[in-house]
Amino acid sequence: MIHLQHIERIFLVGDEEVHALSDVSMTASDGEYIAIMGPSGSGKSSLLNIIGLLDRPDNGSYELDGIKVSELDEQQQAEIRRHKIGFVFQFFHLVPRLTAFDNIALPLMLSGIKQEERQVRVTAALAAFGLSNRAGHRPDQLSGGQRQRVAIARATIMQPSVILADEPTGNLDRSSGIEVAEILEELNRQGITLIMVTHDPDLGRRARRQILMVDGRIEHDK
Amino acid sequence: MQIRDILSFSMHAATANRGRTLLMLLAMAIGVSSVVVLISLGDSARIYVIDQFSSLGTNLLIVLPGRSETTGGPPPLLGETPRDLTLEDAISLTRARTVRRIAPIIAGSAPVSVHNLEREMLVLGSTSEIFDIRHLDLSQGNFLPPGDPTRAEAICVIGLTGKKELFGNQPAIGRWLRIGDRRFRVIGILASPEVSLGEDLGDMVIIPVAAAQSLFNASSLFRILVEATSPEGMEQTRQSILETIRARHEGEDDITVITQDAILATFDRIFKALTLSVAGIAAISLVVAGIMIMNVMLVAISNRKTEIGLLKALGASKGQIMQLFLTESTILSSIGAAIGLVLALLGIRLAAFLFPQFPLYIAPWSPAIALAVALITGIIFGILPARRAASLEPALSLARR
Repeated sequence: MIHLQHIERIFLVGDEEVHALSDVSMTASDGEYIAIMGPSGSGKSSLLNIIGLLDRPDNGSYELDGIKVSELDEQQQAEIRRHKIGFVFQFFHLVPRLTAFDNIALPLMLSGIKQEERQVRVTAALAAFGLSNRAGHRPDQLSGGQRQRVAIARATIMQPSVILADEPTGNLDRSSGIEVAEILEELNRQGITLIMVTHDPDLGRRARRQILMVDGRIEHDK
Repeated sequence: MQIRDILSFSMHAATANRGRTLLMLLAMAIGVSSVVVLISLGDSARIYVIDQFSSLGTNLLIVLPGRSETTGGPPPLLGETPRDLTLEDAISLTRARTVRRIAPIIAGSAPVSVHNLEREMLVLGSTSEIFDIRHLDLSQGNFLPPGDPTRAEAICVIGLTGKKELFGNQPAIGRWLRIGDRRFRVIGILASPEVSLGEDLGDMVIIPVAAAQSLFNASSLFRILVEATSPEGMEQTRQSILETIRARHEGEDDITVITQDAILATFDRIFKALTLSVAGIAAISLVVAGIMIMNVMLVAISNRKTEIGLLKALGASKGQIMQLFLTESTILSSIGAAIGLVLALLGIRLAAFLFPQFPLYIAPWSPAIALAVALITGIIFGILPARRAASLEPALSLARR
């Protein structure tokens, strides 16, 4: 359950204030599938960053699963990100010197889970995403689709309640893009809330709910 | 996070970029090895000098004529000169209970000749006691016989260099040589021409003290060496020497008594101070290495902004990011320190091989110091980059590709 109320986000560009988000309120129930769409600079990534606790709003309140997360400190927000939120990025953001296995294990490592348990969980995740024979490969030895699957495996390894995807297919060819979208939708069917930023209308149409953003406001929500 | 994971993650990150890693290791290694080498050189020099001084004898007090300090009171208006230290003064010192033996010394240089070969040598007038006090050694013959020190027997003991120069390969024992205008019979030859603090024992002739008095036509002693019975008796001996001489010199304190310990302690202090200052200069290179580490880490962090943003997105707290980057710089500086230590060991080995007469060794505490300094440098100069990494805004750093 995500509950945003009157969210404002203002950036200073030179002496000028730019309202990346102005008075944005929205609610997403558990298990929803939402596509946030809109032209570049409309504030859709800013909104995703606020939901993902990567950025703090200048105004307004944010509640996630009943916790008023906008009032938490840095350390507590890191805890929430670790356990409740999974990120999938356009540029994958895999650590280039680590193998697929170690990239997927990163969140487990950060939360101090023991080696043996990590082994079991990551092996299962690799199998689930069809990457078993790629465990020891570094990102530069993987195809785009495989990289994004590693990234999704990493995003889901902590069993989050929300997956935030920022243009997850933006850097992939058509068939890999569809494959990645289907994986995300499968996760959504298992009950994870999926919020996806995209400006690909075909991908956007697949979502059950579309939010259109223009100039930092929600223009349209259906 | 588990410590093992922090270490392996940081180790991976530290070694991922070879060029930068090598550069940092080099800087650190040079810094640490110069500190260790210079500390070791200084400490070796200290021990060398102390050893040399100890070879002068043990529980030694040196009595010099004249005073080098004042005790207050009116200045001597009548231009007093110190009284001579005489052979009788020396003999009177043996009565003290804590004195084991004494050796009066008259020293001077005189031409020593055999037939038409002549050589300027150090002539030392003393008694049989100096043999034990100075730990001398004979290669042939006998030393001056014990007996009445006022008897001027015409016998001498000659150093090895002098013997070779004057007698060549011929036997010298029993032969006669000429010192100044007097003739002396050689009764012994000193062993090993070892240099002992500037006095070349090889180029020296030892004759009875009374003979030296008449040779140099002087009754005054150059100094008296006194050996106390025990280290604890040193101060008591000193007092009794002062009292005895004062009584003999009409109540004047006109001698100086130096204990060997005081000289040793002074040299020890001087060399420790020297070692420390040299090490301090070497430490500047460690600071340079530290700044280099900081610089390289800052570059690494701006290259790895995305990775830091990602770690934050995956739930790493500020503290964890700091921990990771501090560990990374500490690992790098520790490996550098280890390399530097090996370099220092090799350098000292090489120096010891090239200069075998100078006793060189690695100061046992220098590796510990080097490691500690490397860790501290790594941490201090790692803090600023680590803080910068921890305070990066995840949203901004992930927006870059």
